[in-house]
Amino acid sequence: MFKRLAVRFLRNGEGELENIIEVRDLTKCYGEILAVDEVSFDVRKGEIFGFLGPNGAGKTTTIRMLTGLSRPTVGSARVLGFDVESEIVKAKKYIGVVPEASNLYDELSALDNLLFMAQLYGIPRNQRKTRAEELLKTFGLYERKDHLFGTFSRGMKRALTIAAALIHSPKLLFLDEPTVGLDVVAARSLRNLISNLRRQGITIFLTTHYLEEADLLCDRIAILVKGQIVKIDTPEALKTVAEEEPVIEFTFDIMATKVVEGLSERLPERKIVPIEQNRARIYGGIPAHVLEMALQYAKDRGIEIVAVKSVKPSLEDAFVKITGLSPTIMAVEKGGGR
Amino acid sequence: MWRDDLRGIFYIALKDMKTYYLKPPSISWGIVFPIAWILAFYLRNPQNFEQLVPGLVAMTILFSTTAAEAVVINFELRLGSLERLLLAPISLPAVLLGKVIGGTIFGFMMTVVVTLGSVLVLGLFHVNFLYLALVIVPSLLVFSSLGALLCVLVKEVFEAQTLLNLPRFLMTFLSGVVYPVSAMPPVVQCIAYLMPLTYTVDGLQQTFSTSQNAFVFVDILVLVSFFMLFILPAIKLLYRRFV
Repeated sequence: MFKRLAVRFLRNGEGELENIIEVRDLTKCYGEILAVDEVSFDVRKGEIFGFLGPNGAGKTTTIRMLTGLSRPTVGSARVLGFDVESEIVKAKKYIGVVPEASNLYDELSALDNLLFMAQLYGIPRNQRKTRAEELLKTFGLYERKDHLFGTFSRGMKRALTIAAALIHSPKLLFLDEPTVGLDVVAARSLRNLISNLRRQGITIFLTTHYLEEADLLCDRIAILVKGQIVKIDTPEALKTVAEEEPVIEFTFDIMATKVVEGLSERLPERKIVPIEQNRARIYGGIPAHVLEMALQYAKDRGIEIVAVKSVKPSLEDAFVKITGLSPTIMAVEKGGGR
Repeated sequence: MWRDDLRGIFYIALKDMKTYYLKPPSISWGIVFPIAWILAFYLRNPQNFEQLVPGLVAMTILFSTTAAEAVVINFELRLGSLERLLLAPISLPAVLLGKVIGGTIFGFMMTVVVTLGSVLVLGLFHVNFLYLALVIVPSLLVFSSLGALLCVLVKEVFEAQTLLNLPRFLMTFLSGVVYPVSAMPPVVQCIAYLMPLTYTVDGLQQTFSTSQNAFVFVDILVLVSFFMLFILPAIKLLYRRFV
């Protein structure tokens, strides 16, 4: 039945398959190491589905199983209706994969790399060059089409690797940590591009350890820790988990650490946390009362309050609340983030 | 699906030719080394150089196919570009066969140059070119798949090269390239008949001799068996690396 649905979906381009990916109890062991532990989730047609987790959480292993580069130890998965163990070669015609490392051929030019991919994917001879040049223009690489891939900057390599994954106009795109190692400008440009791809109707499976990236791009996010999915929901719904108590942020004219102790004496039941040099957050309590106490404290000590704002919880707050992990783990393990 | 696989094999072989094989190191190792080796024997004994031609062609087959084959797979595994091929809608055996065929085509080009050169310079026009092709093509496949097998057996590029030198030099000395196998002690003869190059040399000697016999087909059959013996475990080992 799944196969019939898959064929109808692919022929008509209609939404016959509501779920582009269906994963049930997927598990992968490497010897005694449990890399992915009974994960189950669905990816819906047309959405950007984020796999968020620290390094070593099992994100790449999951992508490798879904794209046929690794066989599941236990469990099952269907991609576009095709079973990943027995029918993955058929599914590969309709999926594009951008691995974490930009792995095109250094010895080939940008154009030749795309032409080679077009050949492998069976794009008709008379359409190959047009399609390759079209993608080079989209990614702003047309002027460098005859330059060797090995001479490209990291951002350009990333862009060309994504272009190569799109050469056959896939219906599903896997992006494994797409912005790792990119500078701020290149990362932003790439995020815009990913949003554009979604607008074109391509379903995107994205792994990332950048919380703000997941928040900006994804329609739904699965939080993965130590091979297990701890929560799947929309970014907004995930944030409500952390929205149990009001948070007020104060900016002082002195170091926040000098204020925290005194404020804690005035508001002994509240959690007061210094955020940056001169900012501190007060968690919980009636906002009007908290504000009054803080203003009184500042007046008594001659401290100026530069700014006050009510803080909405971020995905980082939600991540901390859900996983119990420090958000720094996401940056530290990948070499310090951006 | 077989059409996708055939297309994949063709384009992978073509790409490998362009990126790896038609480069100075491959050409020099594949063609200069066998010629220098045979020249050394010729200078020692300039008579009957014609008898060394099958050995020269066999050495060209061996070194031209294995020179880069034992490098490209591990090289691409390390860079991750082999994964890119495995993400395409072609099967894993087709990817490996594409690599093996790439080495085979390069070896064929080198062998044609050496063979035609020998035929023209020494006037060996009596050679049966059909039989010659029937011996050369399976031999190229055998040594290209041997390179691929040793490549997937180890993880590092240099390990594959080092590992390959053992059978390569054993075969050079024991397979009748310079000294006839029949002139060797019985124990060494037994070892020689376990080596594929022995059948390549024997088949080539028959095609270059004026009195050819049907035993050339036995050589071809044995070479085809060696090809299967090398390519099937290579495919299995590559599967194991990925699944």
